[in-house]
Amino acid sequence: MTGRPPAPLHAVGPIDLDIRPGEFFAVVGPSGCGKSTLLELIAGLTPATEGRIEFEGAPVAGEAPDGIGVVFQEDASLAWLDVAGNVAFGLRRSALTAEERQRRVRDALKLVGLSDFATSYPAQLSGGMRQRVCIARTLVMQPRLILLDEPFGALDQQTRLLMGDELLRLWRETAATVFLITHALDEATMLADRIGVMSARPGRIIDVVETGWPRERDSRIVERAEFGNITARLWHTLRAESMKSIRS
Amino acid sequence: MSKVAWYRAAVIAGVVALLEALCLAGVIDKITMPAPHVIARDLWRMLVSGRMNAAIAKTLGNTVLALGLALGVGIIAAALLHRARAVRDTLDPLFATYYAVPVFAFYPFFIVVFGLGDLPQILIAFMLGVVAVIVNTLNGLDRVPNVLLKTARILRLSPADTALRMTLPYAGPYVLTGVKLAVAYAFIGVIGSEFIMSRGGIGYEISFAYANFDNATMYPLIVLILLASVAVNGLLGVWEQRLLARRGLR
Repeated sequence: MTGRPPAPLHAVGPIDLDIRPGEFFAVVGPSGCGKSTLLELIAGLTPATEGRIEFEGAPVAGEAPDGIGVVFQEDASLAWLDVAGNVAFGLRRSALTAEERQRRVRDALKLVGLSDFATSYPAQLSGGMRQRVCIARTLVMQPRLILLDEPFGALDQQTRLLMGDELLRLWRETAATVFLITHALDEATMLADRIGVMSARPGRIIDVVETGWPRERDSRIVERAEFGNITARLWHTLRAESMKSIRS
Repeated sequence: MSKVAWYRAAVIAGVVALLEALCLAGVIDKITMPAPHVIARDLWRMLVSGRMNAAIAKTLGNTVLALGLALGVGIIAAALLHRARAVRDTLDPLFATYYAVPVFAFYPFFIVVFGLGDLPQILIAFMLGVVAVIVNTLNGLDRVPNVLLKTARILRLSPADTALRMTLPYAGPYVLTGVKLAVAYAFIGVIGSEFIMSRGGIGYEISFAYANFDNATMYPLIVLILLASVAVNGLLGVWEQRLLARRGLR
């Protein structure tokens, strides 16, 4: 054994990425390539060792900037609060009046289709509904950039497709920019305007694919020929990288 | 009431009935223990006459005070220790061996320092309870999922808000385990020290009645303590059940 500390692990390599306001950007990559690290860097949860991250022109430096909302893969609902309490959680310290706060919570619940469950507790809801509670808690803050870290990873395929439809609707209705991390190529193809493909660790963006979908769209675009072509192109780029990450 | 609850009640009723039978048959003589129905009657008379009110108020008041102190200090200390890794690593072994120390051994010392008032008794009860609160609260805080801490940061909660609105509520069921222990310890601390040396309180009255062969006072007081601790524990149990049911844990 030597007394030397372990060499620092590079989770992500050099990444030069510009997210356009209002777009739906998805990132796909092999497991362990640093997708989540990239998201945590943007959210200000992890400081970058090198380089610079800017949100609306201001540097993101180790603290979550105002105007960014995050939905995580794991269940982040608060078991001791009912659904309305969960959604209102982030508004406590805001300068809003009580009526304004209630109106926002009502609107967010309606947006995610949980109006009838305002007084239920997370334990009484399904996994998909709990994830919608977390999405509503993010939306109620009216973020200009929404980061989603494999938010549907724990859900079954049919629910994922329908949640994808809901996410597209929310994206259109809120006019926010959406940054989605996913390992599902079809999910990225179906949802995003642009898709960044990451390499194996240390992750870099090795391809950016424009889908060219119209803003008005839903899960039925999986029937189109381009859908297959785009997904095939993603896999073509990713295959070698995924092999690397499995072998390492 | 569930089947199990009926069985439990039946066992208690059975034991009381057996004692009653043994007392009435003279197997247990009157000097040793009066029959349960006599104890119940004496307790009723004692409560109606109000002659023990001051003692009861003193004991319950001190117990509540010690409990409040143990909870307040314990929860705040746990929240702070949880953030101070080095201090916690230093203290953890002490917490683990804390209950090997007979806290009552400090009672004479406290009387010497603080005099024969309520303070030494409250201190003993506090010392018995506080570490149970700290250990159980820390246990709960350790279990807070990372995703909730990240959520708190995204929502830009201050450290105090994170503790009060996120981590401590999450740890609620674990804190409650500490509360239940602290209630028991507070009773033991106060009544125990009243037994050893005191100028009043239920423990003092029991020990005084014992020295004077006053069974009509001693047994009702013992039953009163039993009833009080069972009632408090029962209420906390009901609260715990509701809390856990709401979180889908039971």
